[in-house]
Amino acid sequence: MDDLNDLYQDIILSHNKRPKNEGILEPCDCQAEGYNPLCGDRITVYVRQNESLLEKVQFLGEGCAISRASASMMTSQVVGLDQEAAEAKIAEVVALLLQEEEPEVDLAVHGDLAALLGVRKFPARIKCATLAWHALGAALRGEGKHEA
Amino acid sequence: MHTTSIPTAFDVTAVRSDFPILDREVHGKPLVYLDNAATAQKPQAVIDAVSHFYAHENANIHRGVHTLSVEATQRYDAARARIAQAIGAPEAREVIFVRGATEAINLVAQCFLKDQLAPGDEILVTQMEHHANIVPWQLVAREKGATVRAAPISDAGEIDLAAYESALNKRTRMVAFGHISNVLGTINPVAEMVRLAKARGIPILIDGAQAVPHGPVNVAALECDFYTFSGHKVFGPDGIGVLYGKADLLNAMPPYQGGGDMIERVRIDESTYRSIPERFEAGTPNISAALGLAAAFDYLESVGWEAIHTQEQAVLQAAMSGLHDMKGVTVYGPQAPRAAVVSFALQGVHPHDIGTFLDQDGVAIRVGHHCAQPLMDRLGVPATTRASFAFYNTAEEVEVFLRSLKKVQGFFS
Ligand SMILES: Cc1ncc(COP(=O)(O)O)c(C=O)c1O
Repeated sequence: MDDLNDLYQDIILSHNKRPKNEGILEPCDCQAEGYNPLCGDRITVYVRQNESLLEKVQFLGEGCAISRASASMMTSQVVGLDQEAAEAKIAEVVALLLQEEEPEVDLAVHGDLAALLGVRKFPARIKCATLAWHALGAALRGEGKHEA
Repeated sequence: MHTTSIPTAFDVTAVRSDFPILDREVHGKPLVYLDNAATAQKPQAVIDAVSHFYAHENANIHRGVHTLSVEATQRYDAARARIAQAIGAPEAREVIFVRGATEAINLVAQCFLKDQLAPGDEILVTQMEHHANIVPWQLVAREKGATVRAAPISDAGEIDLAAYESALNKRTRMVAFGHISNVLGTINPVAEMVRLAKARGIPILIDGAQAVPHGPVNVAALECDFYTFSGHKVFGPDGIGVLYGKADLLNAMPPYQGGGDMIERVRIDESTYRSIPERFEAGTPNISAALGLAAAFDYLESVGWEAIHTQEQAVLQAAMSGLHDMKGVTVYGPQAPRAAVVSFALQGVHPHDIGTFLDQDGVAIRVGHHCAQPLMDRLGVPATTRASFAFYNTAEEVEVFLRSLKKVQGFFS
């Protein structure tokens, strides 16, 4: 149950129940659908840019608590970044979730994201946590689609 | 060889002891294996049949004059005959060994149907098919300008026979449907579906992947042209499955793959092919798995289909009524009769999250689209949670499953 409690911390549960920035964003500059063919989950990420900065990010889709919470967190974590910084942030989060050694977590730096790291003990669920981030990357690169 | 003494009255504890894996723990809890529709666990008799072959009999078949090769060939042929007898195939040569149901359906699509297809032709499946009974037909349809159509199902998850009948028309070149749905547990009215197609001269394939594990099947009585299933779902090894086909149809079909064993005479510019079953078994087959599959049928028949059915249905009923009593649970598919499979939704909780919670309690269930996305679309959900039972499951295990499910519900409410 400890691992489960790590996975489903209150922060995750509340992001799942009341996600931030859920819904279609109109108008938007780019969007992409993240799709996990294993489970059929889909999340579309919408991005509005102002000059080169990410001004607003929203998401909509079907997903489990982990993928929804991750998407919800992401939408506030990347706002204000330019494309390069956003791509770096995506790479950082994916690495935190996937890297072999236990990551050093700094609440001041990672904020709510720290709560997402409980998924590391559940290999079958890591793709749920990375789905929205990969979709954001695909949107920024103009790819329109990411398949997990 | 291992011999199991089967008690006359069904004794689930004794039967469980035939399956070594059921002693396993997962996350410190006894394994509760409710993912039997994905793959079934293997009794010691099957494990022994496979390892006995490697330990004492291993040789290639149809190739040598030496004793081991002769013995292996005899054992392989005997396995085919045993399986033919188990499924009521009139002749052993009508049982073609393949990798599984998927390969069997691909073989029929490529070798039986493709040459007959013309632009505008139709292949009829149903809305509840596994992808393995959709995509192989799409591949040949696309190549030939034909289309795959799906006969609709009702909200209760049953085939709409009137709609099925009216979908059969002059352009229908093939009808392919599952005997039992891997998601809903629906037992299709196959006799009637066969009758309606036969009356119009349309060839029929039945995907029996989910039927053979639950009861005796008689392909001759079904009067279908082709019947397919996978060994691993019938408590046998993986990498082996069966395509049953009527001998005259099979013998009129071109080979699926070329290679050794399937040829009569090879010249550099042309070859002639053997007749069935060898024609469709190019290369060295999965000999040990064929023996294992025959052992699985021996085992199942020694337990007895009656006993198997009774136990499965008792466990299914316990699960269904437990789910029925829970608030916020939607069960998909017909009330009864149904095979021992139940898919459901728990309001407000995604199947993935349910799957992870149950796993922590040692309960293995399947979550996702179950390789049946058109059915998910029909149900209007991206995924479901599915518990599927075998005769080694118990009422106590259903209790553990339901308790775990209630815990999930409490957690997310
Ligand atoms: C109804 C049905 N058909 C076909 C298949 C495919 O079986 P296999 O993957 O063993 O080829 C399955 C497996 O889940 C199934 O449930």
